[in-house]
Amino acid sequence: MGSVISAAALPWAALDSVAPKVCSFDECGKDSVQLVGGKCASLGELINAGVRVPPGFALTTRGYAQFMREAGIQAEVAALLDGLDHEDMDKLEEASHAIREMIESRPLPIELEDLIAEAYRKLSVRCYLPAVPVAVRSSATAEDLPGASFAGQQDTYLWIRGVDDVIHHVRRCISSLYTGRAIAYRMKMGFPHEQVAISVGIQKMANAYTAGVMFTVHPATGDRSVIVIDANFGFGESVVSGEVTPDNFVVNKITLDIITRTISTKELCHTVDLKTQKSIALPVPVERQNIQSITDDEISELAWMAKKIEKHYGRPMDIEWAIDKNLPAGGNIFILQARPETIWSNRQKTTGAASSTSAMDYIVSSLLAGKRLS
Amino acid sequence: MKFPVPHDIKAKTIPGTEGWERMYPYQYQFVTDDPQRNQYEKDTFWFYDGLHYPEPLYPFDTIWDEAWYLALSQFNNRIFQVPPVRGVDHRIINGYIYISPVPVKDPDEIGRRVPNFMERAGFYYKNWDALEAKWKVKMEATIAELEALEIPRLPDVEDLSVVTDGIGESKGYHLLKNYDDLINLGIKCWQYHFEFLNLGYAAYVFFMDFTQKLFPSIPMQRVTQMISGIDVIMYRPDDELKELAKKAVALEVDGIVAGHREWDDVRAALGAHRHGAEWLAAFEKARYPWFNISSGTGWFHTDRSWNDNLNIPLDGIQTYIGKLRAGISIDRPMEAVRAERDRITAEYRELIDNDEDRKQFDELLGCAKTVFPYVENHLFYVEHWFHSVFWNKMREVGAIMKEHGMIADVEDIWYLRRDEIKQALWDVVTAWATGVTPRGTATWPAEIEWRKGVMQKFRDWNPPPAIGVAPEVIQEPFTIVLWGVTNNSLSDWAAVQDIGDSGTITELKGFAASPGTVEGRARVCRSAEDIRDLQEGEILVAPTTSPSWAPAFAKIKACITDVGGVMSHAAIVCREYGMPAVVGTGVSTRVIRSGMTLRVDGSSGVISIITS
Repeated sequence: MGSVISAAALPWAALDSVAPKVCSFDECGKDSVQLVGGKCASLGELINAGVRVPPGFALTTRGYAQFMREAGIQAEVAALLDGLDHEDMDKLEEASHAIREMIESRPLPIELEDLIAEAYRKLSVRCYLPAVPVAVRSSATAEDLPGASFAGQQDTYLWIRGVDDVIHHVRRCISSLYTGRAIAYRMKMGFPHEQVAISVGIQKMANAYTAGVMFTVHPATGDRSVIVIDANFGFGESVVSGEVTPDNFVVNKITLDIITRTISTKELCHTVDLKTQKSIALPVPVERQNIQSITDDEISELAWMAKKIEKHYGRPMDIEWAIDKNLPAGGNIFILQARPETIWSNRQKTTGAASSTSAMDYIVSSLLAGKRLS
Repeated sequence: MKFPVPHDIKAKTIPGTEGWERMYPYQYQFVTDDPQRNQYEKDTFWFYDGLHYPEPLYPFDTIWDEAWYLALSQFNNRIFQVPPVRGVDHRIINGYIYISPVPVKDPDEIGRRVPNFMERAGFYYKNWDALEAKWKVKMEATIAELEALEIPRLPDVEDLSVVTDGIGESKGYHLLKNYDDLINLGIKCWQYHFEFLNLGYAAYVFFMDFTQKLFPSIPMQRVTQMISGIDVIMYRPDDELKELAKKAVALEVDGIVAGHREWDDVRAALGAHRHGAEWLAAFEKARYPWFNISSGTGWFHTDRSWNDNLNIPLDGIQTYIGKLRAGISIDRPMEAVRAERDRITAEYRELIDNDEDRKQFDELLGCAKTVFPYVENHLFYVEHWFHSVFWNKMREVGAIMKEHGMIADVEDIWYLRRDEIKQALWDVVTAWATGVTPRGTATWPAEIEWRKGVMQKFRDWNPPPAIGVAPEVIQEPFTIVLWGVTNNSLSDWAAVQDIGDSGTITELKGFAASPGTVEGRARVCRSAEDIRDLQEGEILVAPTTSPSWAPAFAKIKACITDVGGVMSHAAIVCREYGMPAVVGTGVSTRVIRSGMTLRVDGSSGVISIITS
C-alpha cells in the first residue's frame, strides 16, 4: 500500500506513469484522494484504521484518464463543450446528453476491462459469493476541495452483479461527471473540465437488513457528547434520500448508552428483488412498520465504531452504515462511508461563559439569569 | 401550563374536615378576607413540595417546615442576599405543603444586593473547608446538648434538695423550660442545616447548568457521576454493618447472628457463645452515633431509627453475612467508581471546544466537588442523628401528657401543634401544682380523635402538583433543585393521576438516575422494615430510600422510587453499584404491586409493567 499512497502525493502529471489503474481499497488512505477520489480514499483510510468496511476496489483516476484518452472521448467532449454558456441550461443538457451517451457506449480499453474483471473475480472469491453483488459508486477527486462541493453530484448503483454489469455501471458513474448541473457548476467555478477526474469504487454490497446514517455530533444542537443514529430496514438509500422518517437514537458518546429513542412508522424500504436481482423500493409490511429496526446491541456497537472513527479523524463525522443479514452478529455491522461533518464543525459554539471563568462569577451571573421554565 | 387558583381548591373543603385550618399555623392559610394577601396569593405560583412531603403533615411535624421556612429564607434574603430572590414562602392545603420563591422585582435592588452576595457567599466558597469544620463542631455540640436534655416527670413531692440546696425551682418549671429548650434546639439545628446548604445547591445547579450548555443532551446522571466517588459519611452506617458482618464471620458467631429473625433472640443466643460478648460490644459501639439513622427521610416522627428497631440493622448484617459466606465481596467498589468518574470527566472535558469553556468547566466542577461532602453530610447530622434523638425526646413529652390524661396514647402527641403542646403542658403543670385535674383532659382527646379522621381524609386526597400562575424564570437555588423534579415530572404525574383505574397503567416515567436495563420481579417496600421481605434479584419499589436502606441494595438489581432526583440516595447508591434506577416517578408505589414483572430502563427513565 505504501507505494500507492506515496504515488498519490506526486504531482498530477507524474501519476500517469507510476500509479496503478485499479487498486484495492485497503491500498488507499487519506492521501490517495488524487488517485481514487474522496470516497474510496476514505474507505481505505477506515479499513486501515481497523474499521469494518465491506471490501472493494477502485478504478483509479489514472484508469479513468486512460479510458477518456484511448476511447477518444476527451477530445470529443472538449469539442462538444466548446463555446457553451453555463447559464444556457437547454444547450448544456443537450451537450450533457450527447456526452453521457458517448461515454456509456464506448468500450473500456481491454487492459482496463481485464484489470476490473480480475479485481472483481478476486473480490467474489474473497466474499465466498459467485458474482458478488456490489455497489458501484463514483468517487470524485474534487469532493473535499475548499469552497467547492461536488458531493452528491455523482451517482451510485446498487446490487450490481457480474463483470459486464459492473463495467457498464463504471461507465455510467464516469458519465455522471457530465450531468448538465456538474458541467455548469465547473464552468461557473472556473474549473477546466480536462482537470477534473473521477474514480469509481466497486464495493461489496452489504445485504442490509437495516442501514442508515449516524453523526458524531448532534445535528440539531451541536452537542459533541452524543452520537445520533438514523435507521431503517433495508439499504440506507431510504434514509439518505429522506424518503422515510427513520428510527432515531441519541447515544451517549462517552458511555455508549441510549439516551433517547424514537421509533417511527417506516412505510418504505429499499431491498433487492430476488427475481430480477435489482435494488427496488418496497412497502414495509404493516406489522413491522413500528418495530425498532435495529437492536440495542447493534446501536451500541455502531456508536462504538463511530467513536473510533471520530477519534481517528480527530473531528465530528457523518457516517453511513449497514447491518448485513447474511452474516452472524459480531461481524455483520459495516461502515459504508465516513466524511467530516461540516455544519457544526465550522461553527464556533458559544456557551455564554463570561470573560472571567471563576466559579463565583458564573454562579452570580447564573443566579441573575435564573432558570427558564419551559 | 395552567394550574388551578389556590382559593378555589381551598374552597372545596373535603366533607367532614371543616375547620382543619386550626391544625396548622394561621400564617400558612390561603385567605380570602385580606384583599392584598389574596391578590398576592393569586398572582403567585405555588408548587406542591412532594419531595419532602409525600404525606399530609401531622400538626406537630409542621415544626421542620417552619424551621426551614425560617432558616432558608433568612440565609437567602437577610444573610447572603441572593441578588434576585428573597425567601421561600409557604402555604398549606389539606395538610400538604405548597411553596413559592419570592423574587426581588426591582432591578436596582437586585443590583444593590450583588456586592453583598459576592462578598458573603464568596467568603463561604473561598473558605469552605474551614467553615465546614466549624459547622461540624457547632452541630455536634447541639446534638450533645439535645442528648443531655432531660424531660422530667412531675413528682408527687419535690425532692428535699430543692429545699436543702436552695434550688428554688420545681420539676414543673423544668418541664416547661426543657420543652422550650427542646423546641429551640430543633430550630437552632435547622439554622445550621441551612447555614450554607443553598450555596452548595447553587454550586451544583450551575455546574449542571453549564455542563448542559456545553452538552445539551448530557443525562443528569452523567453530570452527577463527575462528582461521585467522594467519601461522605452517608455511607458510614452501612459500612458499620459490613464491619459487623465481617467480625461475626471472624469470631465464628455468624451462624448465630444470621440464625434468628428477631434481634432479641440473636442477643440471647450470643450470650451463650464464647465470642458472643465481644461481638455484642462491637455492635453496641457501632450504635453510637451510626445507628441514629432514620428508616425514612428523617423528616417525620413516623421515620424510626435503627436504634428504635434493631431488626433493621440486623437484617442488613444478615444480608452481608450471606454475601461473605457465598464468597462475594461486600466492599463498595470505590476504586472502580473513581476510575469511571475520572474517565467520563476526561472524555467530556476533551470534547469541549475552547480553552475558556474548559477552564470554566474545571472551576465549576472543582467547586461542586468541594461542596459535595457538606451537601450530603448535613443529612446525617440533622435529618438522621438530631431528628432520631429529637423524636424520642418528644415521645418522652408525650408520655408525660399521657400520664396526666391529656392524650390517650403517646403517639397522639403528633396531632397537636408545638404551641398547643406548650399550652397543654402549662395546663398539666399548673393543675399538678394546684392539685386539680387539667382542663385539657376533657378537650384534647376528643379533638385528637377528630384530627385523626381529618388526617385520614387528607391522605386519600391527591394534592395538585402546582397551583397559581407559573413564572417564566426561577432563580432560587433550592427551588431550582426542587423544580427540576417537579417541572419535568408534572405532566407525567398528572397523566397518571388522571387515570382512574391504576390497573390499566402499563408504563411509568421518572428520572433516569442510573443507567442500564433489567427485567425482574417487583417488591414494594413502604418502609425500611419491609426490606426484610426482599428477595435476591428483585426490583425494589419504594417511596424514597435513605442510608438506612443501604443493605437492600446488596440484594436488588434495580431500584424505583416515588420521590427524589438524580442526587437522591437511591440514585447515588445505584450508580455506585452499577444498577439501573428510576427515581421521582411520583406514583410507583401506588401503581406497582409486589410480584409484577417489570422492565426498568435507567437510561431513559421508563418503567414497563410486563406482567401483573
